[in-house]
Amino acid sequence: MTDQSGPMTSASVIPVYDDEVVRKFVVATIFWGVIGFAAGVLIAFQLAFPALNLDLEWTSFGRLRPVHTSAVIFAFGGNILIGTTLFIVQRTSKVSLFGGSGLAHVVFWGYQAFIVMAALSYVLGFSQSKEYAEPEWFIDLWLTIIWVIYLVIFAGTIFIRKEKHIYVANWFFLAFILTIAMLHIVNNLAVPVSWTGAKSYILWSGVQDAMTQWWYGHNAVGFFLTAGFLGMMYYFIPKQAERPVYSYRLSVVHFWSITFLYIWAGPHHLHYTALPDWTQTLGMTFSVMLWMPSWGGMINGFMTLSGAWDKLRTDPTLRFLVTSVGFYGMSTFEGPLMSIKAVNSLSHYTDWTIGHVHSGALGWNAFISFGALYYLVPKLWGRERLYSLRLVNTHFWIATVGIVLYISSMWVSGIMQGLMWRTYDELGFLQYSFIETVEAMHPYYVIRGTGGVLFLIGSLIMVYNLVKTMKGHVRNEAPIGASTAKA
Amino acid sequence: MQKILEKNLILLCVAILVTVAIGGLVQIVPLYTMESTIEKVDGMRPYSPLEQAGRNIYIREGCYTCHSQMIRPFRDEAERYGHYSLAAESMYDHPFQWGSKRTGPDLARVGGKYSNDWHVAHMVDPRSVVPESIMPGYSFMADRELSYLNMDEHLYTLRQVGVPYSDDQIKSAVADINTQANGDKGDVDAFLARYPKAAIGDFDGNPDKVSELDAMIAYLQILGQMVDFTTYKPEMNRR
Repeated sequence: MTDQSGPMTSASVIPVYDDEVVRKFVVATIFWGVIGFAAGVLIAFQLAFPALNLDLEWTSFGRLRPVHTSAVIFAFGGNILIGTTLFIVQRTSKVSLFGGSGLAHVVFWGYQAFIVMAALSYVLGFSQSKEYAEPEWFIDLWLTIIWVIYLVIFAGTIFIRKEKHIYVANWFFLAFILTIAMLHIVNNLAVPVSWTGAKSYILWSGVQDAMTQWWYGHNAVGFFLTAGFLGMMYYFIPKQAERPVYSYRLSVVHFWSITFLYIWAGPHHLHYTALPDWTQTLGMTFSVMLWMPSWGGMINGFMTLSGAWDKLRTDPTLRFLVTSVGFYGMSTFEGPLMSIKAVNSLSHYTDWTIGHVHSGALGWNAFISFGALYYLVPKLWGRERLYSLRLVNTHFWIATVGIVLYISSMWVSGIMQGLMWRTYDELGFLQYSFIETVEAMHPYYVIRGTGGVLFLIGSLIMVYNLVKTMKGHVRNEAPIGASTAKA
Repeated sequence: MQKILEKNLILLCVAILVTVAIGGLVQIVPLYTMESTIEKVDGMRPYSPLEQAGRNIYIREGCYTCHSQMIRPFRDEAERYGHYSLAAESMYDHPFQWGSKRTGPDLARVGGKYSNDWHVAHMVDPRSVVPESIMPGYSFMADRELSYLNMDEHLYTLRQVGVPYSDDQIKSAVADINTQANGDKGDVDAFLARYPKAAIGDFDGNPDKVSELDAMIAYLQILGQMVDFTTYKPEMNRR
């Protein structure tokens, strides 16, 4: 039951692939990653030390938070997704890009322009205030055009493929590109106040707007940060482990069940709100069901290492990839748990949600991206190997410790604050004022910020290692595993 | 089935689109068709131009990143914030501001809870009134004049997306801002007929100009104030 049409097969004639644009996406990923992580560290410390807001309008938490979320999701995540999809679709279709290098460069520069416009607009005070969809109407229109060109290139390349089958990674990528287009357009329908101004009013209002927003918001997670990155998993793990995908049947089942079920999960962001109960219950039910196909994907990723587990000892790139699948499994268990209404009544509005998001974003999305970058850079720059595997290992452990500090401090602060809000004293009065629960968060905000600093330092080590690799330097070092055997 | 789909790009794309469309259609469309979604209440009205301008500043500054406007039906939330929020209370909100995180307290019923003077001190320097607060200071709002000369266009656009502003309300939008922020100027009675329960006065304590802070406080002071809960009967809205 192994996939025979995958990247393991080799065609007789290998065309010249358009890799110049992929190299650009790789550089953009690294650049925006550092910016996004640094913005996250800054706003984390703003919550611990409010003086860091500087009391200037451009540097307040409220304006910088969307800069952080957009930079990590759409700039870091988006660039690695577009870059790897263009890399993978050529190799699994055995053709170069549809539309050629020129059209792909339109997507590259157009997408970078979208990121810069979005970030500047938040800082200057233009925002729709819809989470993860903050850009105003004209930026949304711009992104729609770029996204359609991207779809044309990607689908066009599959259309002219020399392989009979469409490889499993590409099913996930298609679901990602198509669904994000649908969500983006519907959630952002708005009427501008004037054609020359930035301000617009969204078409939906109140409860319907809330439902539409979280239908979008949860599936930005489901299709941008999950389906897209699962596609990466289905290419890079088999490649790096040099093993075929564990189960073809499992990949079919979990692809269609994830695609169908995810869309229903949005209302779990609106438990106990003014959204009707029937919608909340539907959202909870489907969120719990999502646990199964999610773990189906995790098992497929893990078991691909069957017979190659020993490589984890000597290959830190594979360690990043496999650990990311572990974090994916953990967050896709925690998510359904938090979607249960009784649990959500405690966790909602608290830092527990923030910790949950980051175990997914740092552990799953960023780690698999780091693994992909360490795989791609030597290949794309024609180097025999990375500058230093030992630095990959250092990056891995610093980043892992950073994540552990982050998510454990947010578990403690989230559950603690949730409990403090509902604590009564012996006379039947609320035990704590709101501000006392804010004060209690301080130590955890410092620990969280420290975790973020470690994660940022890890990414800077990666930048050094990858730049050295691009330049063709090779560090003279003892191989990993060999030295520990000696000791 | 899969054997066909994974060899045919067009069929695969169609199958994906159909699969992802179902959930959203089932959950979103009935919210428009079922009358019980939004409760029948007395007192809901569109925001006054000054309140709406303040709301736009609230959105611009990303207040929703730390403050919710959605009280859940729990004992502790009712005691801390007041009656649980109704869908009707955000029916004119484009976009909604329910929020997802309470780094600061819920604001759904903050209107009338603090004086204008308290709000001015708190917005300019939060730690002057709440020493443990971690909120950024917004002193620039007190200094900056509100840009409101095209407020009629804003109301007109809001009517296009479904807020029932009358021609009269749109026509007097700019004048109504002056009336609400100054109190003694303009036809107060006509303004209050258009926007019942609106707070009137020099919100920021500076009578020389209509500042962004005036608009912000006017918005905060109306939050949770519109619905008349003496006539609200939850059993009429079982859903």
